Amino acid sequence: MTDKLHAKDYPIAETRPERVLGQRGKPLASLTLEAVMDGDVGMEDLRITPQALLQQAQIAKSVGRTALAGNLERAAEMTGIPQAEVMQIYELLRPGRTKSKQELLDTAQRIRSNHKADLLASFIEEAAEFYEKRGLFRKRY
Amino acid sequence: MTDSPSYDANRWRRFDDWDNRPLRQDQFAVEDPENGFSAFAGAADPRPGLTILGGQVTEMDGVPAEEFDMIDAFIATYHIDPHIAEEAMAIPSSDLARMLVDMNVPRTALTRLARGLTPAKLAEAVAQLNAMEIAFAYSKMRARKTPGNQAHVTNAKDDPLQLAADAAIAVALGFDEIETTMRVARNSWSNALACCVGSAVGRAGTLFQCSSEEAEELEIGMAGFTSYAETVSVYGTESAFIDGDDTPWSKAWLAAAYASRGIKMRCTSGAAAELLMGFHEAKSLLYLEARCLCLQRGMGSQGTQNGGIDGAPLASSIPGGVREIMAENLIAVWLDLECASGNDARHSESDMRVAAKVLPYLIGGSDLICSGFGSILKYDNSFNPSSFNGEELEEFLVLQRDFEADGGLTSVEDARALDLRRRAIDALSFVLNDLGLATATTAMKRSVAVASGSNDTDSFAPRDVALISDKIRANAVDVLDVIRSLHRGGFTEEAENLLFLIKLRVSGDYLQTSAIVRDGHVISAINDPNDYSGPGSGYRLTDQRREELVAIRDVLNREEVLRAEAVSEMSEAKSIRYQSMGPATPGTTAHEIVVGVSPGFGSKIFRTLAGHRLSAVLRALETGIERGGGTMRLVRFWHTADTSFLGLSAACLSGSGLGIGLQSKGTAVIHQKDRLPHNNLELFSNAPITTLEHYEQLGFNATVYAGDALPEPVVVPTRGEALGARFHARVALTYAIETAMTEDNSAPEDLKITFLEQST
Repeated sequence: MTDKLHAKDYPIAETRPERVLGQRGKPLASLTLEAVMDGDVGMEDLRITPQALLQQAQIAKSVGRTALAGNLERAAEMTGIPQAEVMQIYELLRPGRTKSKQELLDTAQRIRSNHKADLLASFIEEAAEFYEKRGLFRKRY
Repeated sequence: MTDSPSYDANRWRRFDDWDNRPLRQDQFAVEDPENGFSAFAGAADPRPGLTILGGQVTEMDGVPAEEFDMIDAFIATYHIDPHIAEEAMAIPSSDLARMLVDMNVPRTALTRLARGLTPAKLAEAVAQLNAMEIAFAYSKMRARKTPGNQAHVTNAKDDPLQLAADAAIAVALGFDEIETTMRVARNSWSNALACCVGSAVGRAGTLFQCSSEEAEELEIGMAGFTSYAETVSVYGTESAFIDGDDTPWSKAWLAAAYASRGIKMRCTSGAAAELLMGFHEAKSLLYLEARCLCLQRGMGSQGTQNGGIDGAPLASSIPGGVREIMAENLIAVWLDLECASGNDARHSESDMRVAAKVLPYLIGGSDLICSGFGSILKYDNSFNPSSFNGEELEEFLVLQRDFEADGGLTSVEDARALDLRRRAIDALSFVLNDLGLATATTAMKRSVAVASGSNDTDSFAPRDVALISDKIRANAVDVLDVIRSLHRGGFTEEAENLLFLIKLRVSGDYLQTSAIVRDGHVISAINDPNDYSGPGSGYRLTDQRREELVAIRDVLNREEVLRAEAVSEMSEAKSIRYQSMGPATPGTTAHEIVVGVSPGFGSKIFRTLAGHRLSAVLRALETGIERGGGTMRLVRFWHTADTSFLGLSAACLSGSGLGIGLQSKGTAVIHQKDRLPHNNLELFSNAPITTLEHYEQLGFNATVYAGDALPEPVVVPTRGEALGARFHARVALTYAIETAMTEDNSAPEDLKITFLEQST
């Protein structure tokens, strides 16, 4: 990424289309109905990229929405995590799904090393601390 | 009364009447703060407070950090901005309240301060505003300038053909978002595909969600059928949260998951959810909501579905409950969140309570006024009936017109509605067949196209739908398969529209606060920020938008009135002939009753408002007068069209001194010379409900007065119809036609009438 984006660059698809690429590098302009019919467009080309999310985070920050930007930054890391794993970690984060905080800490370590997901890993570690404090590692069903 | 009534009742019978009103089906609860039944002042509500040491929150709203529950902890970590908190918390709540309603304090100054305010402080500030002030502050503080609306599209059979047709209608009505859900959980994929296709008919850019189980909802989103979600519910007490099987961290994880897949997301919370779930901690509805909303901002949700929601009926059972719902919405927008402002789950059986509740949002605007306006009939709403439903949709359109307020909706002309339904049904039927999912027969399609609701359809049964849904999932059908299929079927426009929608997720532009799509462009709080700063600023109707709001169906104009009269003229020509006999002079016979008619009587206007032909009215009057031993003389006045003056002028010409004034629209009066113009003897002011028998009796009574006796006055019984609403537009137009014909000092003329046929 070069320069940081601001509110004036929004919507990016209209004002800075050159900075919008699908996950396989295809620009928006190439995602036409003809290309879809020719089989040149797959669902991967319609996936948002970490870059796009970070750009939106910059815009959110530029108007003072730091919390929203934080979510978009976590999301940027999450683009690299397969769907099944995203849902499996969601399940682990629900109350009483793990018996101890270690399982959460291991998960955090795994995504940190496998997906360079530092923000998400810290987020899970933080959850583990509070879950322990609030006695959430108890069986619910 | 002929039979002898019983007067033994031990209470005023008006209470029986009241008992029978829909309102009395609503349950009301006594204020009981200890047991959670308090809108603003819970028994255990804390006083606002915040201590920060070294950038860390060590105490918040009376709770030291070591005693924080998960919600406190999350809010302290992710919502409270330590750089702003000291400044913000030092401002007295009463000052904050005044700033909220001060048009000179910019919205952005307040959203900045909100980042440093605790839940108790936010609640304390908004609680000081009355309902009017909350409504005004909400209008000033909401994030996006242009208001919008969201529809529910569901049906009792989960019939995909009907979902597609109803989705297309919702799009045509202007809804920015449509939401579906299922009667049977496994039908989710079918519902998603059907609404997805239907919402691509007519125009591109309507966002769509399919409310289902979390993991599945995200999967459906990843297949490209949906573009947003709002089922990420949060609660204001830890116990309720855990009972809801989540934590702030698990919900925040989900929020990031949606964004990471390019899907717009908002959280949901609403008053009384904790009370319903049995974990209220003796705290007020507002305080618990303030916690929910701080949590949502902290999670980085761009917005919230907020304002009672499923708890609205319970919140509304408590004193001040509806004001509290408004207050929590105000906190939401103060926290800079997009607000889909409830007005969905119907909070009352009383239409008046419902309309009163929605009004502030309609006139003040909201990101999504209803977070589920039932675009379908009540029984088809799988979420439960909304405040407004298919039944009441036109009422909402009229309210927009009444207040010149943009509720996000636009009328759909009926021929176009049917075209859109057929197009959606054809498109979906093609896709279902083309992808080997199901085959819809012509009869099925025809039944759905014209059906108002699923009771009228002969279409897919729930079991068929389950099979369709299973196949979609099993075959891993995605939105590109649907786009290709639409194109193969010649539905190129719909294919383009769907592609447009799915491409939105690549840039993520619609992940910003309050994003919707208008005219092919994403607008949000970034590029369409609410900049209200007093009259003339903020959202205003453009001329074009005003024209759309005004254009409801079946409006009356002068040409319409004249056209209707032209039809009546032909039948009257066969019934009566009027012949001018020259200037009218005072009569001399004592049994004469003069009937004075208005300038357009029988020449421009031919029927009364009750629909009686004027010839029939004259015949009835004449019958009555003759029954009383009098004779009728008909005189047309040209100097006035007013009933009283017609009557008095007629009386002055009458040999008996008694006259009847009769306007073309049917209003009639008995008058007597030497009386003041508006001091008449009898008046029929309710022309629309006056019968020919009444006119006959009026004629008779005039002869009784002429004999200097007192008759039983004719009473035209009313059942309380809003006659003004039903007729005044026509009255004004009709009357203007007559007043335009009057000429000052113009002399009256005698009319000779000949009845041409016996029947009336």
